[in-house]
Amino acid sequence: MDADSLLLSLELASGSGQGLSPDRRASLLTSLMLVKRDYRYDRVLFWGRILGLVADYYIAQGLSEDQLAQRKTLYSLNCTEWSLLPPATEEMVAQSSVVKGRFMGDPSYEYEHTELQKVNEGDKVFEEEIVVQIKEETRLVSVIDQIDKAVAIIPRGALFKTPFGPTHVNRTFEGLSLSEAKKLSSYFHFREPVELKNKTLLEKADLDPSLDFMDSLEHDIPKGSWSIQMERGNALVVLRSLLWPGLTFYHAPRTKHYGYIYVGTGEKNMDLPFML
Amino acid sequence: MEDSTSPKQEKENQEKLGEARRSWEGKTAASPQYSEPESSEPLEAKQGPETGRQSRSSRPWSPQSRARTPLGGPAGPETSSPAPLSRREPSSTPSPPAPARQDLAAPPQSHRTTSVIPEAGTPYPDPLEQSSDKRESVPLHTSQSERNTFQQSQQPKPHPCGPRDVSYNNAKQKELRFDVFQEADSNSDCDLQLPAPGGSEGAPSMLETAIQNAKAYLLKTSSKSGFNLYDHLSNMLTKILNERPENAVDIFENISQDVKMAHFSKKFDALHNENEMLPTYEIAEKQKALFLQGHLEGVDQELEDEIAENALPNVMESAFYFEQAGVGLGTDETYRIFLALKQLTDTHPIQRCRFWGKILGLEMNYIVAEVEFREGEDEEEVEEEDVAEERDNGESEADEDEEDELPKSFYKAPQAIPKEESRTGANKYVYFVCNEPGRPWVKLPPVIPAQIVIARKIKKFFTGRLDAPVISYPPFPGNESNYLRAQIARISAGTHVSPLGFYQFGEEEGEEEEEVEGGQNSFEENPDFEGIQVIDLVESLSNWVHHVQHILSQGRCNWFNSIQKNEEEEEEGEEEDEEKEEPDYIEQEVGPPLLTPISEDLEIQNIPPWTTRLSSNLIPQYAIAVLQSNLWPGAYAFSNGKKFENFYIGWGHKYSPDNYTPPVPPPVYQEYPSGPEITEMDDPSVEEEQAFRAAQEAVLLAAENEESEEDEDEEDDYD
Repeated sequence: MDADSLLLSLELASGSGQGLSPDRRASLLTSLMLVKRDYRYDRVLFWGRILGLVADYYIAQGLSEDQLAQRKTLYSLNCTEWSLLPPATEEMVAQSSVVKGRFMGDPSYEYEHTELQKVNEGDKVFEEEIVVQIKEETRLVSVIDQIDKAVAIIPRGALFKTPFGPTHVNRTFEGLSLSEAKKLSSYFHFREPVELKNKTLLEKADLDPSLDFMDSLEHDIPKGSWSIQMERGNALVVLRSLLWPGLTFYHAPRTKHYGYIYVGTGEKNMDLPFML
Repeated sequence: MEDSTSPKQEKENQEKLGEARRSWEGKTAASPQYSEPESSEPLEAKQGPETGRQSRSSRPWSPQSRARTPLGGPAGPETSSPAPLSRREPSSTPSPPAPARQDLAAPPQSHRTTSVIPEAGTPYPDPLEQSSDKRESVPLHTSQSERNTFQQSQQPKPHPCGPRDVSYNNAKQKELRFDVFQEADSNSDCDLQLPAPGGSEGAPSMLETAIQNAKAYLLKTSSKSGFNLYDHLSNMLTKILNERPENAVDIFENISQDVKMAHFSKKFDALHNENEMLPTYEIAEKQKALFLQGHLEGVDQELEDEIAENALPNVMESAFYFEQAGVGLGTDETYRIFLALKQLTDTHPIQRCRFWGKILGLEMNYIVAEVEFREGEDEEEVEEEDVAEERDNGESEADEDEEDELPKSFYKAPQAIPKEESRTGANKYVYFVCNEPGRPWVKLPPVIPAQIVIARKIKKFFTGRLDAPVISYPPFPGNESNYLRAQIARISAGTHVSPLGFYQFGEEEGEEEEEVEGGQNSFEENPDFEGIQVIDLVESLSNWVHHVQHILSQGRCNWFNSIQKNEEEEEEGEEEDEEKEEPDYIEQEVGPPLLTPISEDLEIQNIPPWTTRLSSNLIPQYAIAVLQSNLWPGAYAFSNGKKFENFYIGWGHKYSPDNYTPPVPPPVYQEYPSGPEITEMDDPSVEEEQAFRAAQEAVLLAAENEESEEDEDEEDDYD
């Protein structure tokens, strides 16, 4: 959610139940402004909160002019001091995929994971148990990255692409209409498109290249991993991800307000197919 | 005459542009379908001065051009023919400006049929006087409808072609007629001959002509859409100037699109929007009813009654505290829920009521209220379990009636464990749910132990509809309302905690034997509770206790010994007991007794079952203690030392770090006694059969031999 409209956004996203306490809210308002100034971001988003056992991580993201460029992620434990996180690499993601369970809440905490590694010594090949230490920070980075790639969404028409390349915020975005808001196809993943090129020519003919340049939610696997609901009697459409429970996207149809927030334990719901 | 009009030139300025535009449009005979952009005026005003003089001279053309209209532009003038016609008359007789004036005055409403003017080409100012007259008349009408001005402004346009002989006029008219059907270049031709600026009717200046050319080009109507660039640009600029967005240049294309789309906006369509907004209005109506429920008759007395009874909890106060913890539904939503709870207490005889929480679902969510009815006001429930038992007995008897005696199965369905009575154990409270505040409350059925047992083995999302089936393995006995109730029971048993000492056991006068069965069941508020320091509550989990009974793995809170009952029923049912495999004695399941501190809760794979926090680190003196359950994510409890409350918001599932594994189907049950009747055997092979037969024959022979020997003996005797 945009840091500029934080209060309204929090109110709109409150249907999922978990938000921010007043003192956190107040400190966010001030600290995010300072972050924007210090790091010279174009837009600062409050990404959400990952619940840990000892403490919670508050995550923010800064965007540059090009909306689809790599976002910079910052975390804080008290909503006042923010630290920049390194960008996620594939290695990090692979490494932390073996860690299961809750986040501890301490960025320097190290998970221990024993791996069997084949060690070649001359002619002998034997397996050794190696204890790999994975820092919680790495895990944090990779989880945020995964969540972003999987379930960060924006409504269709909120961004538009210019022929020069960069993607801009569409200032004349007036919001989705009610009928559009109930369809999964009007929401896009907020990331570089992956599936777009697999579309048939027939489908592509209907797309508007300046608006439809990202993957829509329609073809997400597994089907049904999004729950669309209208709250407050059609005045608010809320999408909740079932794959990463805790991700809430809200949009007030016919207005410019939209955003997403993640408040959860940072664990993927691998049981989804059983639960549907 | 022309000079006389100069003072009025400014007034004309507005019209000129419109006129100019009109004239060109008319000329091309393409029909502009849109209503005139109101914004064109200011633009015209700007461009006015340039074309002013031209308009002056172009006046003369207008009448003739109008004359042209019906001939030249069939497509052009769509509307009010009377107007142009009326104008035409005077125009055809280029003489009387007066009538023209009148005519001009007459039909202010006519559309751009002054696009009639296509004949901008009609030159000749023979009508110079006319034009001036008309110009005079124009100001009169300026104040009238815009169209009027437009129309009149159109007049000048043709004139730019400059004064010429009437004869030439005619010739030109013919040309123009021809031109009308083509995208006219003649305009530009005319332009070249436009009168000079500065009042001189002599050689038109290069600048003027260039401007006229450009303008003519802009006024060209698109063959595809019927717009012309001139109008479009003037609309856009007007919109931009009216709205003054920041960095307009960046969103210029979007504004352009918006303006184009605006042309196609439908008139108010009563049907269009209602469909979408209907649910919104419905909910709003229902919620309005919530707000109005307070205004009943006899307000005074009811107020007193209400204040006295107070079954309703102070939801807003709890919401305030939970907000400190970062948990909550938003103030407005909570207030609506508050009102809905009030409605619930008003319509049902409720002793005590509590806002239990919110369970999220796929299509809709559930708002859950925990309710305790007044003594003796319970509503009767339909009992279904007995039916099931009888059915089992019936089936086994049916088998016996078969003709061939089938091997009897000694499978006996495990006896269903009866549900607990209401107000005890897992059914201590009754739960009501609704999808949204304002919608009617639905009562959930009491929970059956079997449902809890199976609910522990499955993990399914709630859809939001109470009658939805729960399709799972092991098959859940019931639909979503039962599953919901079972999960609510489990969550309550697992996460409802209170500070130590808040509740105490009531003084029991009963015998000790009862205690063995189920432990202490009842508790009551401790009037001497003094509160615990918030810091203590946060630091040590032993300061919190469960005040809801633990549910045994049987599915009940109070142990039910199914063996005893079995013995009674055995006499009625099957006769053969020996082969039963049921143990004679089932160990009594014991769970932690009521009011055990939560420090005794089991860990989940090294994760502590509860997380405690202070709500605020910045102002610790007023902070409250917040408990988060790690076992049931979404369960919260707070306490400020004296008060406490529990709340749940989430999907309704337990947490497990490992993935869910559905239970394996059990192995095939040994239903029948194994014996030669049902044991499958291989068919004997040929050799075996032969050997068998041979053996049999041998036996027979032996038997016969014996008999024959006996016979022979007998016969020998005879012999």
